[in-house]
Amino acid sequence: MEIIMSVLAGILFTAGVYMILQKQILKIIIGTALLSHGAHLFIITMGKLNRGKPPILSEGVTNYADPLPQALILTSIVISFGVTSFLLVLAYRTYQTNGTDNMEKLRGNDNE
Amino acid sequence: MLHAAVLLPFLAAFFIPLLYRGVKQVHLGWFVLLVPILLFGYFLTFIQGVMQGVHTLKTFEWIPSLGVNITFYIDGLGLFFALLITGIGSLVVLYSIYYLSKAEKLGHFYVYLLLFMGAMLGVVLSDNLFVLYTFWELTSISSFLLIGYWYQREKSTSGALKSMMITVFGGLAMLGGFILMADITGTSSIRGIIENGEMIVNSALFPFILILVLLGAFTKSAQFPFHTWLPDAMEAPTPVSAFLHSATMVKAGIYLVARLSLIFAGTDLFFLIVSGFGLLTLCWGSYMAVTQTDLKAILAYSTISQLGMIMAMLGFGTELAILAAVFHILNHATFKGSLFMVAGIIDHETGTRDIRKLGGLFTFMPITATLAFFGTFSMAGFPLPFLNGFLSKEMFFDSSLHFENASTIVEAVSPFFPYFAVGGSIFTFVYSIMLFFRTFTGKQRETLPKQPHEAPIGMLISPIVLVLLVIIIAFIPDAFGHALLSPMVDAINGSVGETHIKFWHGFGPALYMSLAVLILGTALYLTREKWQHVYKALPGKLSAAKAYDGLINGLINGSRKLTNIYMTGSLRHYMIYIFVFFIALVGITMSVSGGFQINFDDLAPIAVPEVMIAIVMAGAAVATIFMKNRIAAILVLGIVGYGLSLLFVFFRAPDLALTQLIVETVTVALFLLCFYHLPNFDKKKESKGTNAINWVISISVGVLVTMVGIASHSTKLFEPISDYFLKNSYKLGGGDNVVNVILVDFRGLDTMLEILVLGLAALGIYTMIKLRPGKKEGND
Repeated sequence: MEIIMSVLAGILFTAGVYMILQKQILKIIIGTALLSHGAHLFIITMGKLNRGKPPILSEGVTNYADPLPQALILTSIVISFGVTSFLLVLAYRTYQTNGTDNMEKLRGNDNE
Repeated sequence: MLHAAVLLPFLAAFFIPLLYRGVKQVHLGWFVLLVPILLFGYFLTFIQGVMQGVHTLKTFEWIPSLGVNITFYIDGLGLFFALLITGIGSLVVLYSIYYLSKAEKLGHFYVYLLLFMGAMLGVVLSDNLFVLYTFWELTSISSFLLIGYWYQREKSTSGALKSMMITVFGGLAMLGGFILMADITGTSSIRGIIENGEMIVNSALFPFILILVLLGAFTKSAQFPFHTWLPDAMEAPTPVSAFLHSATMVKAGIYLVARLSLIFAGTDLFFLIVSGFGLLTLCWGSYMAVTQTDLKAILAYSTISQLGMIMAMLGFGTELAILAAVFHILNHATFKGSLFMVAGIIDHETGTRDIRKLGGLFTFMPITATLAFFGTFSMAGFPLPFLNGFLSKEMFFDSSLHFENASTIVEAVSPFFPYFAVGGSIFTFVYSIMLFFRTFTGKQRETLPKQPHEAPIGMLISPIVLVLLVIIIAFIPDAFGHALLSPMVDAINGSVGETHIKFWHGFGPALYMSLAVLILGTALYLTREKWQHVYKALPGKLSAAKAYDGLINGLINGSRKLTNIYMTGSLRHYMIYIFVFFIALVGITMSVSGGFQINFDDLAPIAVPEVMIAIVMAGAAVATIFMKNRIAAILVLGIVGYGLSLLFVFFRAPDLALTQLIVETVTVALFLLCFYHLPNFDKKKESKGTNAINWVISISVGVLVTMVGIASHSTKLFEPISDYFLKNSYKLGGGDNVVNVILVDFRGLDTMLEILVLGLAALGIYTMIKLRPGKKEGND
């Protein structure tokens, strides 16, 4: 299972990187979102998958899933959410101010 | 006391601006004049001791943990230079009082000058390599300030910059050499290093050390090909040129070579480099001087060639040569200082320094002309018994003929030296004579900016003193020889040999060489019109100034081009650099270290629903790439997010699944909100090449991530620490939900900062939407 998940994380990274290399801001933000999904999947895969019950203590259970990666991912999800929403509003404002969402056109004059 | 002496100029430099503001009636120079005179008197008291071989050593702890202490050391060499600096310094300050009017920014001038004087004293008296380097760079900086004194003129600033660049380049190279020397011998004291000189000469790094240290000495002392800054430094006020660029700073390199010659002398490399470049500088400098038309430019190239001559003699390394070298340092300081002052007087009283406009000044300025006569003829080495230049020139010729303990290389090279010596001296003769006769004899031109007249007496005092010294030294060379030069030879060479300077050498090869110089030089001068085209043709494109300009421009243009190549301003390019480096570094590391392992033990069983979700997610992720429509792309992205939350469910992470679900929903909503304001996707297809590069990079990243994931899963090095959390969650945290206990209890700091991140993001979004500088301007 872990190998399949690694491959899936790889595919998410591929798609994310491809989108980041595009020109339009919205595509780039989609790329970052894909990347963060990939990273989260990566973290949970690095713990052990499907070993024991959810990490909520209850009588008679001795085998739980690793709680630490879950805590890390939870933090990471919230942070990437904050960043993504900031990026989205930034994209909106960029388009409003500059009239373009094309990064190539936003790079300024070559002859500066 | 010694430390106070070196500190005095700095202290004075601190108080001078206050005096300048307070006292307006008296020329500021009079106060400054006290400093070098006091110091000169103080250093005179050491002569008695140094003659008897008593050396003074004073230490002040600066950085004892690094062995760097401010140690001042007075022996023959240091004392001679200290006297030179303070003596000429006094005369130059006196001269500058009459040269600079009160309308100039005198406060600046004297502060820089005092800084320079203190720094120079520090250079020649320091016993510690790194203290010496500190003062060395301080002379570079104060010289930079002095050259750029008239900072409104473009030539001054460019000349100052050039001298700074070249001398600091050399200074840094020298620092490298110093560090190597200190590292090899384990001490940074110059005396200590000289004692352990064998270790340096025998080390494998010796050629590097020698070249690095000599780079410092050669750039400072304007040796070929670094001489190019000196003619440009002539934009400084003339007192500065007289002080820094003839008598003191340019001799710092000479001092360094002399100081360290106890270590290096005797090695073939030292001999070849120092005497070779010295002779080359002598010939090139004197040749270039003949082609100049500006008085100060002639004197600048003349200084270069004389420095080359001194350097060459230090390179010869025989006792006679070193005596001749130190004697010539003294002589050069006297006649060159006076000549610069004369040039300044001419400039001051006629308004021009162009030799083509001058002529027939003898009738107007008889005293100046007489002074110039002694200076120029002494510089030429004219065989007259009352000129000290003649004596040292004789000794130079003599020393170029005799080499002791000759190795094969020395024997192979040394027969050519006398020819170079004579060749350089012929041109020296020509420009010296030209300098005198073209300025003071012949017809007077009509076009002078000012009506020429004799200079005020105050301006003449300093050159008169120097010229008197020229004559006195010529008549009683032995007095100076015993008092100053013998201890100096001792310090350079380690032994005192025959230091009797002969008043008259008798008929020998040296005299014939002098006569040859006299005859050929006169002939060249008389027929100079015929050679004009040769003089114009030869430097041509070969001048060091052009090489320097080319180098600097090449550097600027080259780096601009290089920067323009990679700093494109395109986000995509920068991301490509980052990803390519990521791929290259991780890929190479993994393949080199054999990091990729695959291990099928201890894998979770493959469950069908999870695989199905994985396939859907992979499909959705790839589909986002191909979506032509932005809303479709956003929704497909949503599928990836919800798929991930389903996976979290399967992987026994309820809190994660919950959070992911909510966050995904809000994010998709945000995307939808935003896309409403953004234009639709660009339908234009990328070019095939660009697209292929994107694919290659992204697939490589994906493959690498997969490989890292598999490899790290296959190499578990130690057990996770999660058992601790599971065991103690209830006991210590009082909660059943271990993930939540970790978040708020065990690792609560993470959570606090994550809240801060969210808060900042919210605040940022709010300000981005609310704060509109453009609008505000409109309201105002």
